[in-house]
Amino acid sequence: MATTVLGHEAHVAAGYGEKTGLWSWITTVDHKRVAILYGVGALFFFLLGGVEALLIRIQLAKPDNTFVTPEFYNQLFTMHGTTMIFLAVMPMSQVFFNYIIPLMIGARDVAFPRLNAFGVWVFLLGGLFLNVSFLFGAAPNAGWFGYANLTSKQFSPGLNVDFWMLGLQILGVSSLAAAVNFFVTIVNLRAPGMRLMRMPMFVWMSLITMVLLLLAFPVITVALIMLMFDRFFGTHFFVPSGGGDPILWQHLFWIFGHPEVYILILPAFGIVSEVLPVFSRKPLFGYAAMVFSGVFIAFLGFGVWSHHMFSTGMGPIADTFFSLATMLIGIPTGVKIFNWIGTIWGGSLQLKTPMLFALGFVAMFIMGGLSGVMHASPPADLQQTDTYFVVAHFHYVLFGGSIFGLVAGAYYWWPKMFGKVLDDGLGKVHFWLQLIGFNLTFFPMHFIGLHGMPRRVYTYPKGLGFEGMNQLETVGSFVLAAGFAVFLYNVWKTWRHGAPAPADPWNGATLEWSIPSPPQEWNFPEIPTVSGRDPLWDAKRQRGGPLPEPPRVSGQGIHLPAPSYWPLVTAFGLPVLFTGLMLASKIGPWGIVVGVALLFFGLFNWLFEPSYTSIPGVRGKSHH
Amino acid sequence: MPLGSRVIRRLNWLAPLLALAMVAACAKDFPQTTLAPKGDLARIEDAVFFETVKWAALVFVLVEGALIYAVFRFRGKPGDPEPAQIHGNTVVEVIWTVIPALILAMIAVPTVKAIFKENETPKGNALTVEVVGHQWWWEFRYPEYNLTTANELHVPVGRTVSLKMGAYDVVHSFWLPQFAGKRDVFPNRETRLWFTAEDPGEYSGQCAEFCGIQHGRMAFRVVAQPPAEFTSWVDHMKTITMQPAATSAAPIDSVHTSSAGAAVEQQTAPPAPPAPGASDSAKAQPGPAQDPRVAQGQKLFLMKGCVGCHSLVAYNAPKGLLGPNLANVGARTYIGAGTLKNTDENLTHWIRFPQDVKHGVLMPNLGVTEDEAKALVAFLRTHR
Repeated sequence: MATTVLGHEAHVAAGYGEKTGLWSWITTVDHKRVAILYGVGALFFFLLGGVEALLIRIQLAKPDNTFVTPEFYNQLFTMHGTTMIFLAVMPMSQVFFNYIIPLMIGARDVAFPRLNAFGVWVFLLGGLFLNVSFLFGAAPNAGWFGYANLTSKQFSPGLNVDFWMLGLQILGVSSLAAAVNFFVTIVNLRAPGMRLMRMPMFVWMSLITMVLLLLAFPVITVALIMLMFDRFFGTHFFVPSGGGDPILWQHLFWIFGHPEVYILILPAFGIVSEVLPVFSRKPLFGYAAMVFSGVFIAFLGFGVWSHHMFSTGMGPIADTFFSLATMLIGIPTGVKIFNWIGTIWGGSLQLKTPMLFALGFVAMFIMGGLSGVMHASPPADLQQTDTYFVVAHFHYVLFGGSIFGLVAGAYYWWPKMFGKVLDDGLGKVHFWLQLIGFNLTFFPMHFIGLHGMPRRVYTYPKGLGFEGMNQLETVGSFVLAAGFAVFLYNVWKTWRHGAPAPADPWNGATLEWSIPSPPQEWNFPEIPTVSGRDPLWDAKRQRGGPLPEPPRVSGQGIHLPAPSYWPLVTAFGLPVLFTGLMLASKIGPWGIVVGVALLFFGLFNWLFEPSYTSIPGVRGKSHH
Repeated sequence: MPLGSRVIRRLNWLAPLLALAMVAACAKDFPQTTLAPKGDLARIEDAVFFETVKWAALVFVLVEGALIYAVFRFRGKPGDPEPAQIHGNTVVEVIWTVIPALILAMIAVPTVKAIFKENETPKGNALTVEVVGHQWWWEFRYPEYNLTTANELHVPVGRTVSLKMGAYDVVHSFWLPQFAGKRDVFPNRETRLWFTAEDPGEYSGQCAEFCGIQHGRMAFRVVAQPPAEFTSWVDHMKTITMQPAATSAAPIDSVHTSSAGAAVEQQTAPPAPPAPGASDSAKAQPGPAQDPRVAQGQKLFLMKGCVGCHSLVAYNAPKGLLGPNLANVGARTYIGAGTLKNTDENLTHWIRFPQDVKHGVLMPNLGVTEDEAKALVAFLRTHR
């Protein structure tokens, strides 16, 4: 346990949770505040990525359109993809990892609270670093996949690709820090009695996600370093004129990129596996099968990367292997879908907003899965890859899947996080606008792709028959945007006028619903003991009715990690270092020197700072 | 597998129905569609695709149906008693693990068969064409005829075309939906694709791998011709020289003599419409009254630097030029790799302001005046 109850000690944390003001946020190491910082950043970048998507849709609304220039269009689709993956969906998952995992496993904080703070600052600074490029007219423009050798200095001489590769490198640091932290947290900080096979499904899926992050991100890190060497120091890893191979980049990128897809979707699997049982008033169907299918998906996820590369002509043996491995993933995925349906089957469904989004997730994800099986078949994929059919497919997985799941989680845990329940009526309006808008936008893309429209084209000529469906898609994208406008209004309205939420508004099954909404800084005045998979339902059943509202306590003697600004100082070192590297040819090595100095200065002070609040009357600097 | 085959037979009505629904009016309304294959390779891909569609449709209906049914059937009210607490059912779980596995096997078998079929090397008398992807246009070479052309690939109907492909600069992808699907092309690496065209006509394709600012304007046409027509096109292409067609008889060089035999043949089987008054007929009689702008255009082609990047000779053309071969540019349907229809007006505009039409293209705005551009157009129109 990183935190200990020292009941007999003098006051330490009383009043701690009530601290407000900018400084308390800058120095926070509280996992719940870190979660909210992730949330603010993720929401901002999600809206930015959404605006980019709308500009793309306006440009494609008619043939030969000149609404944006080709150069800007390429920046838009590159940044839309990069933003939605690295700056919206991943950090939105981080919101729930941070806020919910410690609560679900009965812990007072994460294993490494300052590393956690470092992670969120690196994410925010990395996101800014990537997007600052727009101000210089040099936003990344080679696609989120950055295929070599288009990214070489010869074909992309500007700063665009530099911003992209260094920005991703910064964000990778954040992801790896979080992965280490939550892996250790889940393995080590579970409440007594919470065996692995008693963990809530969201915690299980998160644990698997951490393993994926730990194994996948080093690959992209190495690939980006190789690209950096090609661009800055004249090596030829991916430059054919120097004997390098662009296909090497594709392999490295997709060995990271395919597990990345599961990094984006598994947290949503977990969220939905929490929401469906609670709103069906029935436990998750086939718990063990759900766990093992998740593990199986993650394992297979590392053996299918080349299905992104069927069109490169790998030959029949490789095609066959990667095709069959990909199809195999359909089995555990199918098991998950059937178990979700099995969960609601025979239940007593309460169609509140979180439930609607969770059901929407299942319905949309089925379609994404089915189109996925279609291009798992290389002969079919030779037509479909790099067309709008694939755009349709992965939006059904990542929007219909991940985003629907994350929005379900937002409505579900909002009362726990902010102490107020989001308005259910507005939530339902949001749901229907999102469901209809989503399908209007992305369903026609299946057909337009099969009818010959490639991806990543800034326009299309008249006469290929693409006009009608593209117009429909553009209309759909604005309906979708209206859905999120309703959500923002709902957030504002709830913030201003919402009634306080009880500790357990949904008749929840897991530990987070046993403590006040929002929780106090130490989460649990006493660490609970767990004896089943649905500890709160067990407790309620034993009691024969709802539990009493938990009191807000003083927190006397609870021992918490000390606030620190060194993670933020250290985090600043990374963008400074990379900016220095990027501009080294113009300003000399000084930027690099300052960045490295900042990193070491921050790290040094971080390491020699006591990590827990000192307890008056006990010892001075005793804990590290 | 009696059960499996029975299921398949029950499903057989689905495929044609779906095919019908999706293909309806495809080729007419969507000239670049993948759903109306006109070549053998595309048919293999199409057949596998519909195999997956068939099963996907069945699964879709059953699973979404079960989901929607459950939502309506099991909708509860707040006061309802707690439903039965079921944690799982091993038999059911095993069944719904095995059934998807069987369905995937049904897709896997035709998939693997098709993978090996499409990876076969074409046998027999295939026509080899070398494809080179450039930012942002396509170069096509016929080693068999020593011909080079750009953005419009002529192929004979019924004879398998074997593509040996590469890229000049970055990665591109050659996508010809109605004949062949797509294959990426790389610098310094050969990839292959093959197809056999079934019906004469013009088919469109385009680059499918993001390759820079003008990836969206990197289309090409394939003109499938009956064998005789194709042969005369080849023979005709061999006769094209730097000279405007009407006067091309005068400076016959070694290039021309080597194709003389072909030219004779051609007169017995006159070429198809594209070039009625072109070089071949010019040899028999002096051309019609020559537009004075043609001679001026020819001069400008040399003076303005066009010749630095473009060749006007298809036969034994120099390799490694930066710009597309223009030997038959006068007869092509599009200019700028599918950017504009090949009208005099568009061509004039393109010659004057390529950077406005297709920003980022390697061809600079050369400061050509309107009159000069018109003269160049008149000259280029003689290259058909």
